[in-house]
Amino acid sequence: MPRAAILRFVAQVLACATVAVHAQAPQPDFRQWVAIEKDGVHDPKGPAVQSLQQPREALQPLAPDGAGNQVRWVEALRQGQINPRPRLHGTQPLEVRDTEIYLNLRGGTPIVKFPHLAHTQWLACANCHEGLFRKEVGTSGLDMRRILQGEQCGVCHGAVSFPLTECNKCHNTSRIGFHAPDGTPQGARAALVVPPSTSAAR
Amino acid sequence: MKREPARWLPLIFAFLFAIASVPAARAEYADVVLNKHAEAEGVRPVVFPHWFHRVRFRCAVCHDELGFKMRAGANEVTMKDIVDGKFCGGCHNGDIAWSPDRCDLCHSGKPGLKSGIYGGHHSTGPGYW
Repeated sequence: MPRAAILRFVAQVLACATVAVHAQAPQPDFRQWVAIEKDGVHDPKGPAVQSLQQPREALQPLAPDGAGNQVRWVEALRQGQINPRPRLHGTQPLEVRDTEIYLNLRGGTPIVKFPHLAHTQWLACANCHEGLFRKEVGTSGLDMRRILQGEQCGVCHGAVSFPLTECNKCHNTSRIGFHAPDGTPQGARAALVVPPSTSAAR
Repeated sequence: MKREPARWLPLIFAFLFAIASVPAARAEYADVVLNKHAEAEGVRPVVFPHWFHRVRFRCAVCHDELGFKMRAGANEVTMKDIVDGKFCGGCHNGDIAWSPDRCDLCHSGKPGLKSGIYGGHHSTGPGYW
């Protein structure tokens, strides 16, 4: 066997092995968190910086994201990576609701599919209704300009939940081939979607 | 007429480069500084880390049960209320979390900080965010 052929064979084996190793290797985690003594809000001369938990320690094990706390909080909860206490007193659980609402049906940007489920796992109904949003679909007068000013969705999104730079996390449904659910009035701006699990129970 | 070469141009570039290369000290996203009363009363401002509490509690515990309004600066939190078991005192009672006599653990902020919501990672922009 000529030497060149042997070398080519060895190179091919190595290439295959490299591909196989990389396919199995976990995604590299490039996230970084500023240590609290360097974060500009904690006093580095104070005693607390010695004992408080560092963000890196708490957040690195959780489902990664590219913005905000660099954590997908809803996903971390779904996967059971965290089990935050839902109530302080009593055993009454949070009222979970799994309907979804299509918003922005007449806008130019992609349609918003709002999941009640992810929100009701964290929040109580009274946090949004009837103050920030009205219960009746399509009557809350949602306005991106007001959201960007920290009102409506912007009370949380942009302050504590994922920031408003993540357009397509909310504007997540293409207009191409989209059909509003049955019974949606002509020209409506929003429509309620009742998922199969709920409608079967009714 | 012959134009002078702009001698100040490299200086501007050097300045811009210097700004860009200074690592900005940044709070974690959604950290809240409370300093309505703290420094006036002679203690450091409070730094409230949302991320730390979110790992352990859902939003509804503080923003529904304990009555914290969802707007930084909208809550009138006093030490008297906390000692009486309201606001932070719902948990910070020595039972669920450390008791209010551990002053320095909450009053851990840099002197002179303004109240409000802080945090890096794409949270700077118009309006309140």
